Amino acid sequence: MTNNKRFGIIFYALFVLLPIYWLINMSFKSNEEILGTFSLWPQQFTLANYQVIFTDPSWYNGYLNSVYYVVLNSIITLVVALPAAYAFSRYKFIGDKHLFFWLLSNRMAPPAVFLLPFFQLYSSVGLFDTHIAVALAHCLFSVPLAVWILEGFMSAVPREIDETAYIDGYSFPHFFIRIFLPLISSGIGVTVFFSFMFSWVELLLARTLTSVDAKPIAAIMTRTIGASGVDWGVLAAAGVLTIIPGILVIYFVRNHVAKGFALGRV
Amino acid sequence: MNKVQNNKAWFLVLPVFLLVAFSAIVPLMTVVNYSVQDIFDQNNAYFVGVEWYKEILNDPRLQDSLARQFMFSFTVLLIEVPLGIAVALMMPTRGWTASLTLIVLALPLLIPWNVVGTIWQIFARGDIGLLGYVINALGIDYNYTNNPIDAWATVLLMDVWHWTSLIALLCYSGLRAIPDAYYQAARIDRASSWSIFKFIQLPKLKGVLIIGILLRFMDSFMIYTEPFVLTGGGPGNSTTFLSQTLTKMAIGQFDIGPAAAFSIIYFLIVLLVSWLFFTTITHLDKDKTKEQSYD
Amino acid sequence: MAEIHLKGLAHSYIGNPQISSDYAIHEMDHVWQQGGAYALLGPSGCGKSTLLNLISGLIKPSHGSVLFDGVEVNNTSTQDRNIAQVFQFPVIYDSMTVYDNLAFPLRNMKVDRETIDKKVKEVAKTLDLTEILSRKANNLSADEKQKISMGRGLVRDDVSAILFDEPLTVIDPNLKWKLRRKLKQIHERYNITMVYVTHDQLEASTFANKIALMYEGKIVQFGTPRELFEEPNHTFVGFFIGSPGMNFISVEKEIVDGQLVFSFDGINFPLSQEQSDLLDNAQSHNLKIGIRPEFIQLSRVEHPESLPCKIVHTEDLGTYKILTVEVGKQQLKVRLGEDQQTPQENAFVTFPHQWVKTYVDEYLVTPSTGDSNNE
Repeated sequence: MTNNKRFGIIFYALFVLLPIYWLINMSFKSNEEILGTFSLWPQQFTLANYQVIFTDPSWYNGYLNSVYYVVLNSIITLVVALPAAYAFSRYKFIGDKHLFFWLLSNRMAPPAVFLLPFFQLYSSVGLFDTHIAVALAHCLFSVPLAVWILEGFMSAVPREIDETAYIDGYSFPHFFIRIFLPLISSGIGVTVFFSFMFSWVELLLARTLTSVDAKPIAAIMTRTIGASGVDWGVLAAAGVLTIIPGILVIYFVRNHVAKGFALGRV
Repeated sequence: MNKVQNNKAWFLVLPVFLLVAFSAIVPLMTVVNYSVQDIFDQNNAYFVGVEWYKEILNDPRLQDSLARQFMFSFTVLLIEVPLGIAVALMMPTRGWTASLTLIVLALPLLIPWNVVGTIWQIFARGDIGLLGYVINALGIDYNYTNNPIDAWATVLLMDVWHWTSLIALLCYSGLRAIPDAYYQAARIDRASSWSIFKFIQLPKLKGVLIIGILLRFMDSFMIYTEPFVLTGGGPGNSTTFLSQTLTKMAIGQFDIGPAAAFSIIYFLIVLLVSWLFFTTITHLDKDKTKEQSYD
Repeated sequence: MAEIHLKGLAHSYIGNPQISSDYAIHEMDHVWQQGGAYALLGPSGCGKSTLLNLISGLIKPSHGSVLFDGVEVNNTSTQDRNIAQVFQFPVIYDSMTVYDNLAFPLRNMKVDRETIDKKVKEVAKTLDLTEILSRKANNLSADEKQKISMGRGLVRDDVSAILFDEPLTVIDPNLKWKLRRKLKQIHERYNITMVYVTHDQLEASTFANKIALMYEGKIVQFGTPRELFEEPNHTFVGFFIGSPGMNFISVEKEIVDGQLVFSFDGINFPLSQEQSDLLDNAQSHNLKIGIRPEFIQLSRVEHPESLPCKIVHTEDLGTYKILTVEVGKQQLKVRLGEDQQTPQENAFVTFPHQWVKTYVDEYLVTPSTGDSNNE
């Protein structure tokens, strides 16, 4: 029984890792080797593909651009979603349910629907090709989810804690930051995970709203397809580099994941 | 928990409201506006009512990609949900292997979507990709760039690879939240593993599964980047899903009116299906509660 | 139906226990007889849950063995030990009806339909669940859920013992006594060995015929509630049982005017000759005298063998009063009935010899045990 389980999970982990391994494998090969011989690991190990990326400013700027708007998005999302989630979890107010469902319904809007209007909107307010434009556009999708997740976690914290804190004479901001937030740290961890996840992996909107200055790494990767065919090695190397931030994020929130993914609702 | 009536709470919600309104309402109004007008240039626009809607609903491009889209979404749900649950059940629960499995499983979720496309584009190629090479070496003729069935299978496999982890992680945390006492009681009651799954684990997973299925439905219904990179929608239109049809129309051909009508219909379909799913589930729950609370 | 014998049983969660504190359960020999209603009482962290899990087979003992009717079951799995267990929080199968919940263990054993139906209805009747048999178990109240989880144990004929792990924790206070009485009735009716774990002495003494009091991984006393109250084996028993707990006074052996006395704060404690001999025989210097607040007599006038005291505090609890009195520097609790009048400020306390207990190294010494109880 447990052996079957172990076998099963190893098998699935291999299924997940193999395509990624293949990408890494190719990133250390030259294009001649990639197209010339088929091998399970690099025969002539080379860092040339990575060198291309690290020496060309348009490559590494793309990388920085992505990181910049993703971080911006996560911060905006948390700052606006935390008070809103608190309001939804603790108070009844006019239109609360409608507002909640309206927020969630935005999560259901296909990004493709917003391509053109976003382009026009951000152009008209002069935000086109800025990091903030991408961050704001991504907020449309990350904020509803963040409110939803955080509301679940906050509802799991008993009201009595709020009341006790007020009786003890804490001011609201003090209570919220010093007492309440630590209680829902798993929720915050998983919210950051989800905002990061959405903003880092999304390309359609990010590409549409940027041209030069804020162009994300993922969009720059299309450059590898040139007249002379695809530059597989550099493409693979760029791909490998986009995986690394994800690994860092998951590493930092790994202890919250088990609790966090339950979204406070189980 | 009883919530307190307090309209001042609106102040806490206001930032979210303004932010989302800015990004949602204005663009949405623009789309609605476009969908009922025929626009030649900035100063020449005519109100055409539901004309574009009629046109687009009769457009075989929409009909075909809608059918493909539903097929795709239901197939991935059908594979990913049971597989995700199975993976969650197999995951180690403690020690370093647990952390490692979590990280490995979460990996595909954090890779940019076009890179996911790239990974599979490379991995599945017959000449330079491991998967394509092995399949061809086994004597099976496989080429996702010109065989529609192969293309479909590859897109499905890619989506399973990409998203099963989400269901698995949701279920894994759901399983961790079940107190040990339930398993102990089941052992005492001599329940088989299957009974434990059916009567303890599955009922306790209901909450996370609802969320998981909703997210997977919505996201698979909006899929764009991965098949765009992998197959470019081809061969032919065999892997062209709704988003791609829409972008082609809006950006490629600048058919703004029909594209806007398309957008509205698209959005409404996602809303409708999600709403139907959600209300059915919660309705079933309510019925049960009613039935229980007579006495 | 079974007698449960814990033979040389000890348990440590650490692989290779070296010192005494590595053990969650210290080596013990203990017998739960068939058909008895027992309570396992102790403060949190004393090892009661570990002991319960050792009996039910959820944990394998690191030392010694568990015997059911003389047969060692160390390596027998929980399901084959024929044990039923009721947990702290109600464990029910949410998606099933009450009926299906009760029938579940029988169905797993492939019992035929009619027998199941008969058995389930019978148990439902005993537990007052008949009315709600067809309802989903999920939205019932906590006490009904606890009855269901108990019922799952009762439907099986082969159950040798039911273990209760603080089953009333989540029950409304006003329903607790009802459920407790139900347990008692069930015990009388089914003649099953029941072990009830709790930290509440009231629950323990209303449920059980005999209480095992645990402290730091040991059963320090096993006896009827009355024995635990009147003859606490160990200072901890005296302290834990009763409200307020037993008074203990540390005394020193002295020779005054050629006479052996035991004194505290310069006051000689009046002891019988027998008690004085018991303490005199002890090797240790850790000598204590214990007396229950209920047995101290308080009077305005001096009696032979009485000691003067000062009343520090009076607490009126309706049906009785708790007085704090000071003898020397020692504060003692005295419990008086509501009709007994309370002296003001200064009074005299008397300690009736039959209620004065002597302790050496925290353990009770009596004429029959001598010093030997001190192990």
